[in-house]
Amino acid sequence: MFYPFKWYAILAITVFPSYLTAGEISGNISVETRLFPQSALSEVQGGNNLSLAFQPEYYLEWSGGYQSFTFVPYYRIDQADDKRTHFDLRELQWQYIARRWEFRAGYRRVFWGVIETYHLVDVINQTDLVENIDFEDKLGQPMLNLAIINDWGTIDLFLLLGFRERTFAGEEGRLRFPLRIDTKKALYESGDEEKHIDFAVRYEHSLSIWDIGISHFIGTNREPSFQLGFDENNSLRFTDAGDPILVPFYDQINQTSLDLQGTAESGLLFKLEALTRKGIPDRFFAVSGGLEYTFYGIKDSNTDMGILLEYHYDDRDSAATTPFQDDLFIGTRIALNDVQSTDLLVGAIIDINTGGSALVLESTRRIGESWKLEVQIRGFVNANESDPIYGFRKDDMLQIELFKYF
Amino acid sequence: MKQRITKILPRAVLASLFLLNMETMYAQSADEDKSDDPVAYGLAIAVETEKRDTGFGDFTAELTMILKNRHGETSERYIRSRTLEVIGDGDKTLSIFDKPRDVKGTAFLSFSHKEGADDQWLYLPALKRVKKISSNNKSGPFMGSEFAFEDLSSQEVEKYTYRYVGDDVLDGINCFMLERDPVDPKSGYTVQIVWIDKEEYIPRKIDFYDRKSSLLKTLTFSNYKQYLDKYWRASEMNMINHQTGKSTRLEWREFKFATGLTDRDFDKNSLKRAR
Repeated sequence: MFYPFKWYAILAITVFPSYLTAGEISGNISVETRLFPQSALSEVQGGNNLSLAFQPEYYLEWSGGYQSFTFVPYYRIDQADDKRTHFDLRELQWQYIARRWEFRAGYRRVFWGVIETYHLVDVINQTDLVENIDFEDKLGQPMLNLAIINDWGTIDLFLLLGFRERTFAGEEGRLRFPLRIDTKKALYESGDEEKHIDFAVRYEHSLSIWDIGISHFIGTNREPSFQLGFDENNSLRFTDAGDPILVPFYDQINQTSLDLQGTAESGLLFKLEALTRKGIPDRFFAVSGGLEYTFYGIKDSNTDMGILLEYHYDDRDSAATTPFQDDLFIGTRIALNDVQSTDLLVGAIIDINTGGSALVLESTRRIGESWKLEVQIRGFVNANESDPIYGFRKDDMLQIELFKYF
Repeated sequence: MKQRITKILPRAVLASLFLLNMETMYAQSADEDKSDDPVAYGLAIAVETEKRDTGFGDFTAELTMILKNRHGETSERYIRSRTLEVIGDGDKTLSIFDKPRDVKGTAFLSFSHKEGADDQWLYLPALKRVKKISSNNKSGPFMGSEFAFEDLSSQEVEKYTYRYVGDDVLDGINCFMLERDPVDPKSGYTVQIVWIDKEEYIPRKIDFYDRKSSLLKTLTFSNYKQYLDKYWRASEMNMINHQTGKSTRLEWREFKFATGLTDRDFDKNSLKRAR
């Protein structure tokens, strides 16, 4: 097994320097503050928090745009949580575009799916969960990817060179699990551990009102389960406070999935994602379904209002490694369509069994030509002990993030 | 109700026009009594306008949108666009946003259709996500501007019904005045009055009337340039909203025709890598 970095070192040395001066640089820098009205569950956790993130992007194309190189590093520095202070290679890729195929090599992010609240079938990239608990942020994944373009749809082949571990908030961070997770001691089913090479294939096509994707993935599960941590002497490890320490366990999986969107002429969107996954301990089935409808120009204004309804099911029930095993999302998305592109999303994810709910408000607004303000409010209500949000019950939060784009 | 009826009518008229030799027919009728059949004559003008812009194949262009509010404060958007002509159906268009910076890399792919809803996909670069979106949002503002989506979409003959309403002289240019009603009930307009250059068959000015039939906006086309010795494109389009006092000016540049674009440059893969 070879480690992916070596491969890119060769790429970097041979391709990069000669073009260093020619490309285009853009990106953003942002400052984020998180305000927590309640004190944390544990004394070691921080209170109100300040954080800074930097994501520049270098892009270069040649041979008339048929070849290009993209480099997107990412760095966040966090006041309280040393785990949230982290670096990632979001992208470092070379691509070659031909008439019937496209080839890409390097660190990339790939999105699969149609549902808004949780991306069930989106399996290529690991979630950068320490960024935000909404599962939207992803770590760069080293890969070789060949897309074959046909009249009857696109076939994508992926060779995933090495595994990225999921990030978790550290002991001092908020929005973390109640027990400490020691990611340094992560366990794997495969002897290759994080060097295991995964494989994925996907078929994608658009036909009349339907956009369909069928995928198969063989390799290391992106969602860990957790085990009690043991030390060298095979005795259980505990924190100073006397709590057991957990370690993530990544099994090998075989997963087939479907994602489908119908865009009806009436404007109603039907969304479906489903998967069957064989891993440890057993094969299971999970499905997410959703409806979206937008009312345009409310009361002769420029404002649009969309209604979102989504449902998530996982037949592992309480043993699910995702927080969504029988959950309903109800929300609305409002776009003012003004010069500042002001928008607002308000909704609630409700666990049907426990009644535990995560409330969310997200709003963005451009300021001037190159600034953007983003406000998020998260609240957790009725969280009982069996609920995945139980650990967040004191972490109601107002987050304000200001981006400067360049 | 009116729109339902007119939806069927022009198709029959259009078919008969194609059976006759359309060019000679409009040339003859132009000198005859125009009030005879203003619907047929209006349609003939619209068909000729489309016909003269047929066969361009493909083109690319760059666009600056300057949004101005009633206090005179401005805001700019930069967009690059590619268009592929589809014979027998609406065009395919890919638009890539460069400014404002926070939407840089966002791309919009549209397959317009003569009949039925257009297909539209949006690429969101932050999430690397392609999203099929509903094309029902005809009347909504494009990027906060005074242009609605329907003002910027491919102008197929079938999207309106027509009536010739008279002649006019605009800045010394002889024009036909055409009333056109959008076929789509989701349109934000009851009627539009279009001034079409009698010589070149290109629009010079459009008045837009809102759902209450009040004058809403006026669009003027200026600084036309001819490409491939045939196809006219306005370098400047100015939209004024009479009800809000806001305006949006489009400045087009770098028109390039016959660039060799194919369907492959207008698929979901090309949307994901649009730069």
